[in-house]
Amino acid sequence: MSQQENGSREAWATRIGVILAVAGSAVGLGNFLRFPGQAAQNGGGAFLLPYFISLLVLGIPLCWAEWTMGRYAGTRGFNSAPGVFSVIWRNPLAKYLGGFALLIPLIIYMYYVLIEAWCLGYALSYINGDLVIGAGGAVDELAQQAKAASDVNLSDSEVATAAFSGFFDEYAGTEKNGTLLRPENRWKLAVLAATFLFNFVLIYRGVSKGIEAFCRIAMPVMVALAVIVLIRVLTLGTPNVDKPDQSVMGGLGFMWNPNFETLTDPQTWLAASGQIFFSLSVGFGIIINYASYLKRNDDVVLSGLTSASMNEFFEVCLGGLITLPAAFIFLGAAAGEQGTFGLGFVSLPNVFGMMPGGRLFGCLWFFMLFIAAITSSVSMLQPVIAFFEEGFGLKRHASAAILGLISALGCGFVLFFSEGMVALDTFDFWVGSVLIFLLALIQSIIYGWIFGIKRGHEEAHVGAHLRIPWFIQLMLKYVVPVYLLLIFTTFCWQKLPSKDLEKEILTDTIAAEFLEAENGGQLDSQFLEQTLSVPAGYAAAHVADQSEWQIRDAEGVLKHRVRKNRDGELAWFDHRSGYVETIANNNAALSSVMFIGVVFAFLLLLIRIAGKRWEKEGRFADVDKEPLSTEE
Amino acid sequence: MQPAGWLVMLLSIGSVVTLVSYCLYRVLSLPPVDMEEVHGPLDIDTGGTVDVD
Repeated sequence: MSQQENGSREAWATRIGVILAVAGSAVGLGNFLRFPGQAAQNGGGAFLLPYFISLLVLGIPLCWAEWTMGRYAGTRGFNSAPGVFSVIWRNPLAKYLGGFALLIPLIIYMYYVLIEAWCLGYALSYINGDLVIGAGGAVDELAQQAKAASDVNLSDSEVATAAFSGFFDEYAGTEKNGTLLRPENRWKLAVLAATFLFNFVLIYRGVSKGIEAFCRIAMPVMVALAVIVLIRVLTLGTPNVDKPDQSVMGGLGFMWNPNFETLTDPQTWLAASGQIFFSLSVGFGIIINYASYLKRNDDVVLSGLTSASMNEFFEVCLGGLITLPAAFIFLGAAAGEQGTFGLGFVSLPNVFGMMPGGRLFGCLWFFMLFIAAITSSVSMLQPVIAFFEEGFGLKRHASAAILGLISALGCGFVLFFSEGMVALDTFDFWVGSVLIFLLALIQSIIYGWIFGIKRGHEEAHVGAHLRIPWFIQLMLKYVVPVYLLLIFTTFCWQKLPSKDLEKEILTDTIAAEFLEAENGGQLDSQFLEQTLSVPAGYAAAHVADQSEWQIRDAEGVLKHRVRKNRDGELAWFDHRSGYVETIANNNAALSSVMFIGVVFAFLLLLIRIAGKRWEKEGRFADVDKEPLSTEE
Repeated sequence: MQPAGWLVMLLSIGSVVTLVSYCLYRVLSLPPVDMEEVHGPLDIDTGGTVDVD
């Protein structure tokens, strides 16, 4: 791997550099926040069985396929996905399929940089005392407000939870759109701007001097910081003598005690496959781009396995030992019910608030998350930069400027539509989940059925320091696409349509109120609030043709239904809006989907122009020839 | 923490640490890339089999 320019091409400077860069791209918030939550909700230690099977069947083979295709196209002069796909599949459609590999990292960057800035902001908030209980900062003010607003005496832990939850809501601006643009939030915008700028400084410096140089420092620093926090967690003992179960051993048991009954539930296998898939960054278009900067004789097999195993180290060994055990020790079993953001930005700050030395360890933890996020976000910019450079012959400063403008626009969009984090959630679902599955499926078909597993096997072993067993290639052709399709279909079936989940059967007294109201009586809001504990402002209406009551919030969004269940008893149902219904009912969600569509249309237009340029220049004339073994 | 929990934890962490250690050992014990290129088999095509008449 030459130091810098390879003709006009960039290249990695060292073997370990590219491995650290790929591992850094994969290691992110999901390793520390998503994995433990998934494990706790799906059988604890038993989750690890389908998890490791998915790693071997789905994760590592797909990584090898991406590494192989990336290097193959890179040695033929293409680094961006439209070019890479066109080299492998000589069909005009190929370059447009490559558009997904530009859209995905670009859109994900737009919201990921925001989350990254939260991590840095949280780390700084420990320094200035805003997140420290008793330091007179923002959390103390919010705790006072929570006490004052409550009619009943709240316990200390309830006050703390309300305060940290309020801090996150304020920080992310979840109350109302445009909140973060107010003058009092200028310092949050400054943190975001600094994070944004830092990403672009790294990307501007290039693959070797920017991304690789940063990852070579950042990855060991992350390990060191995580190990420091891990030692703190494992030496906590039993902080609350009144709750002897909430100890280090109890926390580890909460995370690792296996419930083997869950292995018969398909949901467990789906969750494990999904976690492997998202964690390894396959289907993001990033590995294929990074591998394209390798030279012909650079190893891809050992490098691919090493980067995947490093990601597993962060996820299983560090994420699995820190996050949930720490949360359980202070918060009990409720810690496992949190989502990724709830666990990361509400529960853990709460934990650090109660932990001896929590200010220091909280700061180190969030700074570590910030570094983990930045090694991922910077990798999301490179595929698009590479496309601008090779598609239009732009210099790096021009490419970086254009990309900066587009991504700032998208980031501003997510920043503005912050209410309920609808824009972020919509971007994350449609691009960060659905399109990733789709791209991985496309890549596995291109590799197995177009590139060919025989050619793939030979190509992967050029310069390889490890052998791939032949059955892996057979799996890539026959098992992986089917497996991916199965996960994708189930995922869509779970997430797209709305669902009504039966919560409880109504007591005779409450059922009588509903029946009486159906016959001309009234259901007043006090009845709903006091008897059924629905928030203020909700209203119930009887829908005769559906023989049910519908309870909607102040904005008219359906939240609950009351109707007869299968046994003919009147029951209370929670209405979970699917993503299709959310788009129909929520303007921010609809605008977000339209925004994604506009960006994709713009990218497809650029790909068309770049494709014509490549054809005119005869860039594909020599791609079927074997490149020299040592390119200079 | 049940004995089964200990077993799963130690097996999982042990497997991952062994794998990552093996991979890193293999990567870091390889000769530097520049030396590999200097001492690697020469890739010279003399064209001898094509031009022989």
